[in-house]
Amino acid sequence: MADFDITSDKMDGMGPHGTKVGLLRVLGPAHVWALGVGIVLVGEYMGWNFAVGKGGAYAALIACWFAGILYTCVAMIDSEVTSTVAAAGGQYTQAKHIVGPLMAFNVGLYLTFAYTMLEAANAITAGYLISVVATMTGYDGVLDQRPFIILAILFLAWLNYRGVLATLTFNLVITAIAFAAIIIIFLSTSGVLGNGIVHHAELMAGQAALPYGWIGVLAALHFGLWYYLGIEGTTQAAEEVRSPARALPFGTLAGIMTLLIAATLTWYTCTGVLPWEYLGDGVNGSVAPLFDTARLSGSEALIWLLGIGTLFATLASANGCINDASRAWFAMGRDKYLPGWFGAVHPKYRTPYRSIIFLVPMALIFALGAPLDQVITFSILSGLLEYTFMPLNIIMFRKKWPMGTIKRGYEHPFHPIPAIALLALCSVTFFAVFLGYGTQLVAMIGFYILVSLWFHFWRYRFVNRGAQFTMPWPKPEGY
Amino acid sequence: MSRYVPPVQGKASQLFDVIVLVVMTLGALFVPLKMGLSGAAKTVAAPMENPTWEMLGQSPAQASAYEALGYTPESAHDLILARFDYSFTIGGLITMIVVILLYYVLMLKFSGTEYREVIAEKFDRR
Repeated sequence: MADFDITSDKMDGMGPHGTKVGLLRVLGPAHVWALGVGIVLVGEYMGWNFAVGKGGAYAALIACWFAGILYTCVAMIDSEVTSTVAAAGGQYTQAKHIVGPLMAFNVGLYLTFAYTMLEAANAITAGYLISVVATMTGYDGVLDQRPFIILAILFLAWLNYRGVLATLTFNLVITAIAFAAIIIIFLSTSGVLGNGIVHHAELMAGQAALPYGWIGVLAALHFGLWYYLGIEGTTQAAEEVRSPARALPFGTLAGIMTLLIAATLTWYTCTGVLPWEYLGDGVNGSVAPLFDTARLSGSEALIWLLGIGTLFATLASANGCINDASRAWFAMGRDKYLPGWFGAVHPKYRTPYRSIIFLVPMALIFALGAPLDQVITFSILSGLLEYTFMPLNIIMFRKKWPMGTIKRGYEHPFHPIPAIALLALCSVTFFAVFLGYGTQLVAMIGFYILVSLWFHFWRYRFVNRGAQFTMPWPKPEGY
Repeated sequence: MSRYVPPVQGKASQLFDVIVLVVMTLGALFVPLKMGLSGAAKTVAAPMENPTWEMLGQSPAQASAYEALGYTPESAHDLILARFDYSFTIGGLITMIVVILLYYVLMLKFSGTEYREVIAEKFDRR
């Protein structure tokens, strides 16, 4: 049996640390849903439209559903593994128990960077939105967005610092409002309620249909991931949910279903109102497509609703990203994969406060120093590397601990088809990224190779060997 | 198997490790940007003098949407005509594939070695 009690509210559960103050187990399935959807829903409010720019509106729809299949595989695999390896750090902790320490270190970095970049992208969008609102309300200068970017990140970091229950309850409320806003604008513009304003046939005719041909469809797959990127972050709450085996699969699978609906409705609404060239340029054209669609609707109420929806979606996402990135960073610090200083829990608020604070300037550097599409690309690349790890992870998991040898909270069906499908979809997406951002791809992988060597030959000496394996499982088969 | 006892890391060494990691991270993300190698830039192949919506290939529905957004044919010119270049070389593609494969092979090999050590210490010393 293991030396540690996963359900203890006095110990920090999974670690070989035995500290008396651990993360609080206070969350339910709705919070897990809010964490997953909250992080991702902003993808419908901004960023997905770069896929339109890459290949046109139809290409973006194909990318939306292609990525939907990819993320359904991710959610199925993740639900099984995380309901069994229920610990902070999510996929990092899974990799540590199933693949090995170096893979775990890399996965921890993927998570931290994917979420920190996404947080930066959210802050950029919030700043943009506030500048548009200033213009619409009569301000005739050029608003400096930087103070708003900094304030948004600092406020959310403070909220995270103060406690996870308040943080994710806040997320639950604002995510629900943002999701309702998508449903309402779809109903209002599609003709279900009142007169419709969508003109798909006119806006997508001729060269607008597939402006780059099929190569554009492939290229669009890159930003197709943005519709759903971050849903796998539900696993980061594993050590803070009351019932991991129930709440994590339920929250994650409900989350991906919500997002599939939201993504399709968003595509339908925006492509029927905005010309594809404008919609597809998320830097000089439509930064916030649903908000722009509301502006063209002529309805003051819709403009306000979608303005608020966009702002709430960016805040919910940034909020969830801070939560998830800090948990991954904290978990690595706790295992000494990173300096142990990061592995501390706040004595009063029971949050990984040092990790939360440390990642604030990192997010600010990216939010203030890089353009939106580059920030999104860095986030997507880290996510893509993580999704490529997942099929390897589940195949090894089933091989080392076959069905029946350990208790699983959820068993995903049709194994290994989802794993093989996910690997194939990731390969195609790597090619899509290569078409536009090959240099970043190679630079990023070069970075991961470099830090891997640093970890293996230097950092790993500070890590306890056997004690980092904390699950109460039997010895894996083949060892 | 004998139990591995890791050395205690001093505060200065911890700080140094954090700095190394931050520098490598910022380098990987910002060096391509600063060197202008970030790619994905769109260009206008054939700019037009005194463009109209018709010259820009816009239907009446598209033109009216642009006008509602506050654009004129002149201000929408670059937005409408700019295109990505998706040409690539086989050499570049092969380099990317090799780099990705090398990365995962390296990862799995080193992880496997470390993992055997973890399992041996966890399960074989009882």
